[in-house]
Amino acid sequence: MDWGALHTILGGVNKHSTSIGKIWLTVLFIFRIMILVVAAEKVWGDEQDDFVCNTLQPGCKNVCYDHFFPISHIRLWALQLIFVSTPALLVAMHVAYRRHEKKRQFRKGDQKCEYKDIEEIRKQRFRIEGSLWWTYTSSIFFRLVFESVFMYAFYFMYDGFRMPRLMKCNAWPCPNTVDCFVSRPTEKTVFTIFMIAVSSICILLNVAELCYLLTKFFLRRSKKAGNPKHHPNHENKEETKQNEMNELISDSCQNTVIGFSS
Amino acid sequence: MSWGFLCDLLSGVNRYSTGVGRIWVAVMFLFRLLVYIVAAENIWKYEHDEFECNVKQPGCENVCFDHFFPVSHIRIWALQLIMVSTPSLLVVFHVAYRENREKHHNQQLHKSPRKIAGGLLCTYLISLLLKIGLEVVFLVLFYKLYNGFKVPQLVKCDINPCPNTVDCYISKPTEKMIFLYFLVATSCLCIVLNLSELGYLIFKHFTKCYLKRYTRKSQ
Repeated sequence: MDWGALHTILGGVNKHSTSIGKIWLTVLFIFRIMILVVAAEKVWGDEQDDFVCNTLQPGCKNVCYDHFFPISHIRLWALQLIFVSTPALLVAMHVAYRRHEKKRQFRKGDQKCEYKDIEEIRKQRFRIEGSLWWTYTSSIFFRLVFESVFMYAFYFMYDGFRMPRLMKCNAWPCPNTVDCFVSRPTEKTVFTIFMIAVSSICILLNVAELCYLLTKFFLRRSKKAGNPKHHPNHENKEETKQNEMNELISDSCQNTVIGFSS
Repeated sequence: MSWGFLCDLLSGVNRYSTGVGRIWVAVMFLFRLLVYIVAAENIWKYEHDEFECNVKQPGCENVCFDHFFPVSHIRIWALQLIMVSTPSLLVVFHVAYRENREKHHNQQLHKSPRKIAGGLLCTYLISLLLKIGLEVVFLVLFYKLYNGFKVPQLVKCDINPCPNTVDCYISKPTEKMIFLYFLVATSCLCIVLNLSELGYLIFKHFTKCYLKRYTRKSQ
């Protein structure tokens, strides 16, 4: 069990994402998780062993390290990646729930259900509309929130994104203000800036996806409003509802053949 | 044999769970197992090497470390994850027993051997109660063993062979404390999920019984 398990879990969500969502997932796995595992973890691997303070006083090094690094960069990134990935599960759960409902309809022999067999339901890709649109949009919103919170926490805890070479420490039991030297400060600064840059790219991708979904939503609404089929002055409410349902059903059936094209 | 085995176990359990049960599995995977493996394990990796006492007396550090950490936080965490996942096996075994019985008698004894009703409902409820009980037991154990969930920066030790009361410094106390609070928060979340699942199943069962009785009376 490791990051690969997360990849398996999120891979399923990929099918129901927009193109921007798919790009986001790729950036997440290649430029963040993979970089974290193959490179960053090794750079921070010896962080406490090679953190050296200019004193022989036992305990001074431990206390100074704890004071300057309340939570290691590596752990903070790992938590950020886990939290940022979890909103996608909301979409996965919603899709699973829809599939479960459709399977139930199919088993009951409901005539409205236009699937030939259960395999078709399992393989079907749902369009991002209706309640699924709201779930998807909320998941993007939460992603944005988590990314921003973690970036701010990082900036606040470490006073910026630069790793200094030398830190002055006078916490007890250090006898006076001692110099403590961080291991590999330049390499750590480079990786920190890289991870922050990729986080920013992910935030931009999420904002773009959000704008895309909102634009699509408003366009669809205006298309429906301007549709000449609907004459609400002449039809009663029930007939209007039935017409909308029939349209939705025929749209979703078309899409099982054509596929989600965006 | 490693955490992958527990993952396979939990994935198997997922098939026989309710919706809330599936959320519980997701929380277990992502917020507990994954965080443990990718982050927490590394924090406690060199805890003994980095535990430093202000004395040169050989053996003093070992004795003090053993006194203050009879069982390491990370080991209790691992035990908790394993123990809390295993009651779900009761449900898996019961379903397997049902399917085996149907095969043996060569006839359909239940509407669906996986439907949570009848005996399987009892097994499911027992597994939920066990999960809740074990979570609470481990949280209380943590609290009693370490006097709360705080990790001090410094501990004072005067056990033989330490010549007098020496200062011993724990490595990364703040980071350890943050992850311990995270552990407590996720445990509490899992307890809440299990309680709501328990409540939901009991409510559903009583509603079904009441409706059956009402339909019988009206007939």
